[in-house]
Amino acid sequence: MIGVLIEIRESQIKDITYEMLTLAHRLSTNQPQEIAALLLSDNAQPYLDSIKPYVHKIITVENEVLKNFNTQIYLPILTNIINETKPNLLLIASSGFGTDLAPYLATSLNLPLVTDIFDLELLPTHILTRRAMYGGKINADITTKSLPAVVTVRAGSFEKISKPINTSAEIIKMPFAIEPTILEISKFIEYGEVPTTGIDITKADILVAVGRGIKEQKNLEAIEKFAQDIGATLACTRPIIDAGWLPKDRQVGSSGKTVKPKLYIALGISGAFQHLSGMKNSETIIAVNKDPEAPIFSVAHYGVVGDLLKILPLLATKIKEMRG
Amino acid sequence: MDIIVCLKMVPDTSETEVRVDSTNKDILKVRLVYTTNEADNYALETALLLKEKHGGTVTLISLGTPQVDEILRMGLAKGADRAIRITDPLFEQIDAFTTAKVLATAIAQQKYDLILTGCIASDDGYSQIGPSIAAFLKIPSAAYVNQVKLIDNNRMKISRELEGGILERKELSLPALLTIQTGTNTPRYASIIGIKRASSKPLDVYDAAKLNLDQSKLIGLTELEQMYMPKVEAKAQFLSGADDEIATQLATIIKEKAGL
Ligand SMILES: Cc1cc2nc3c(=O)[nH]c(=O)nc-3n(C[C@H](O)[C@H](O)[C@H](O)COP(=O)(O)OP(=O)(O)OC[C@H]3O[C@@H](n4cnc5c(N)ncnc54)[C@H](O)[C@@H]3O)c2cc1C
Ligand SMILES: Nc1ncnc2c1ncn2[C@@H]1O[C@H](COP(=O)(O)O)[C@@H](O)[C@H]1O
Repeated sequence: MIGVLIEIRESQIKDITYEMLTLAHRLSTNQPQEIAALLLSDNAQPYLDSIKPYVHKIITVENEVLKNFNTQIYLPILTNIINETKPNLLLIASSGFGTDLAPYLATSLNLPLVTDIFDLELLPTHILTRRAMYGGKINADITTKSLPAVVTVRAGSFEKISKPINTSAEIIKMPFAIEPTILEISKFIEYGEVPTTGIDITKADILVAVGRGIKEQKNLEAIEKFAQDIGATLACTRPIIDAGWLPKDRQVGSSGKTVKPKLYIALGISGAFQHLSGMKNSETIIAVNKDPEAPIFSVAHYGVVGDLLKILPLLATKIKEMRG
Repeated sequence: MDIIVCLKMVPDTSETEVRVDSTNKDILKVRLVYTTNEADNYALETALLLKEKHGGTVTLISLGTPQVDEILRMGLAKGADRAIRITDPLFEQIDAFTTAKVLATAIAQQKYDLILTGCIASDDGYSQIGPSIAAFLKIPSAAYVNQVKLIDNNRMKISRELEGGILERKELSLPALLTIQTGTNTPRYASIIGIKRASSKPLDVYDAAKLNLDQSKLIGLTELEQMYMPKVEAKAQFLSGADDEIATQLATIIKEKAGL
């Protein structure tokens, strides 16, 4: 059996769930076995129909305290499910939830874990996984020495499943049984949002995005001016936010905004996965980076290998000249 | 409040070429500059701010070669009280699970209320060691933390970052482990006085014997089979020429695509 942990946030099944189901389906085609969705929630009913077509079983555990994700509460419940159902493999999202949970769960059960994988083969005695290292500059194959194994799956690595595989998924209700003291150890309070300054980069047709390659905060001024000249909005990578050079609502990427402008101009951005996932679907991408191997060039349509601090002033002048 | 901070020394590869070495299991280590892992700087700053506010101690722990003394001394110069380096030939090729086990074993020998790690190491990118240490120690943990507030000696309120800029606020009881996200504060620089003081602060070295760990307890669960350069799927069309010519080509493309 392959177990897939359904990821739900604020009563929504997240896309990554359907991506993991695609992977599970592919694995079970090569090595026939059941796919079981593990559904922990306050009330399973509203979610069942969207998952049923893609699995053989749905194992549900329901309780009010399962309304929101919580590693400490999930732990005894998943331990129980794993002990009872003995999956070969457990797929968990490589997300804020999954990364909180998976290492804790795998370690406490003494199970091998590979995190943030983008490809996987299930073999009779172990798994072979593929993942990125060094900010995407290197890939690595990692195997586990045994089964069952746990992996976290990188968002966007697989298409969302759309073809039904089964018409009569079995629903198995498992009891909610935890030590009440756990509820005191870790308590969900609320979700919050990062305050905004009123700029919405997702609405812009043209984005000029800057990364750590701009080197100093004072270089922002000229870039901002250039952006204004071509009618673009300024956006950036996470390290620029971390340094406090621009407010959080300018951040593109997995922990920021997902954008799809007509034109995305990336200046001094390496192209880490977490950034690419927020901008790779832009219509046209231009990247300027002094490193010819920067991963940003794998999504860019036009690339310039060079020093942005030299090219930008020239470019700004050319644009002015062309417009007369 | 006694705080442990896990620091990892990593090569800075953000602007350098990365190549696989002849073993196919590691990168070529020539001409790389080593630093404290980015997120760990924020973890250390979080610890120092908590210490300033609530008192207590900050202990740094790093597993690595004697070279990691550099980042430990830097951490001591910033204000940590003591440091522990864990070094043993037995620890050289261990996997993430075993790394967490070794760190947890060393931490278990200390007095602590809170353990802080970075949310991700920039080299392996596992995001695994922190919560795994917490599991070995059987204490609660939270990942991607960007705010920590002590409620009293036994509880804290934290916030952590989820996808799409959403925050999750929760309460955890102490002792606990938090993996700290980048950008949560402004890591300080070491002062001259700090650097002077650091040389007299204790830096202990632990080996496998000190941790009661022999080969039989260091068997990993995963194996790195090989490293390789990623296949680049869609390659950009590169503009070439002198900077001036490149600027002209770029201007033409931008003018067209931006509809100027
Ligand atoms: C949970 C999590 C969530 C994350 N979410 C996001 C997110 O939402 N968005 C995001 O962007 N990141 C995110 N990150 C961080 C991400 O992993 C990378 O660290 C980040 O995207 C790197 O930003 P950068 O490209 O600006 O910096 P770097 O990776 O340091 O790249 C700088 C680039 O500039 C180039 N450069 C330097 N000087 C010049 C010059 N003079 N001219 C031209 N080029 C130059 C260099 O060659 C290099 O490629 C997240 C990380 C984690 C762990
Ligand atoms: N060798 C090590 N020594 C000390 N801390 C480490 C070590 N490896 C990982 N860590 C800590 O664990 C965090 C996450 O690492 P990783 O799970 O490898 O991404 C790092 O940011 C460090 O705080």
